[in-house]
Amino acid sequence: MATAVATHAHPPTSTGLDHRKIAIWAFIGSECMLFASLISTYLIYKGRSVVGPFPHEVCDPAVLGAIKCPTKMNAILNIPVTSMSTFVLLMSSLFMVLALAAVENRGKPGYEGLLGSSKFWLMATAIAGATFLGFQAYEFTSFVHEGLTIRTNLFGSSFFTLTGFHGAHVTAGVLWLLTLFAIDVKRGLQPKDALLVDISALYWHFVDVVWIAIFTLVYLIR
Amino acid sequence: MPDHHDQFTHTNADIDVHAMGEVHEHPTWKQYKWVAVILTLITILEVWAYYLPSFVASPAFVPILLIMSALKFAIVVMFYMHLKYDHKLFRALFTGPLMIAMATLISLLFLFGKFMGR
Repeated sequence: MATAVATHAHPPTSTGLDHRKIAIWAFIGSECMLFASLISTYLIYKGRSVVGPFPHEVCDPAVLGAIKCPTKMNAILNIPVTSMSTFVLLMSSLFMVLALAAVENRGKPGYEGLLGSSKFWLMATAIAGATFLGFQAYEFTSFVHEGLTIRTNLFGSSFFTLTGFHGAHVTAGVLWLLTLFAIDVKRGLQPKDALLVDISALYWHFVDVVWIAIFTLVYLIR
Repeated sequence: MPDHHDQFTHTNADIDVHAMGEVHEHPTWKQYKWVAVILTLITILEVWAYYLPSFVASPAFVPILLIMSALKFAIVVMFYMHLKYDHKLFRALFTGPLMIAMATLISLLFLFGKFMGR
């Protein structure tokens, strides 16, 4: 006779898959549509602001020549700072997969020491997420000081709405990671808990892929 | 005659596989590391392209940036989100809404004349 069902087992389902994992993928699917609508709004309003500040240089003399570009307006988007925050978020995804691998492979050869420390990788992911939020807070503050608020122009409205929604998602992700870290400290996450970490990891990576799209569409494409 | 519980009794290994919905093993630490390196290199290329005025002015600028971004998106989804290794239902749950989202985005951009050079 087969062994007894472990306490972490999900109830029998018609698909044979855990409902929680199906639910998180369905949620991520719906989030795709939410962010597509926000990105669409940003792109539709792009270049239609009547007053500045504008996202990119209104006229780039290096491209058009000084004669065609008599009045140059500086770009408000800070690409070096945002590139750094993008790199931090990409690295946070690496930390997250390592946290999941540490939980899944706890006690297995090759997962001793730092590589097998889910606490370390979960905290590293949360710190990277918090660092990204710090970059965003710096960016938002500097924009306000330069005269761009959510009410200034179409760019301000659509930009703050899009990046603000993303920042809210990152905040929720950081809180989720800190909760997992607290559970790990309290009782230690075991391989039977891998699904809990897997679900949070899927959410975290989704937040990362949304930023990959935002970074290119909002920051890099002029 | 087996009781009701026996119909749904699995070994621990079965439960782990079913609970995760996985079909294959996840990538190793080394593969994760290489994925991170590739993602970083693509990001560096994107930012470098942004600072090349002649390239920014060329018609290839936007398509190439979109391709690089799509590549990064796909790499994260396939390797970090394990969609390459997971059950096909998860793939459908993600790619279905993603296709709808992209079709909506492109349709809206057409409707508002973003591809008409206005």
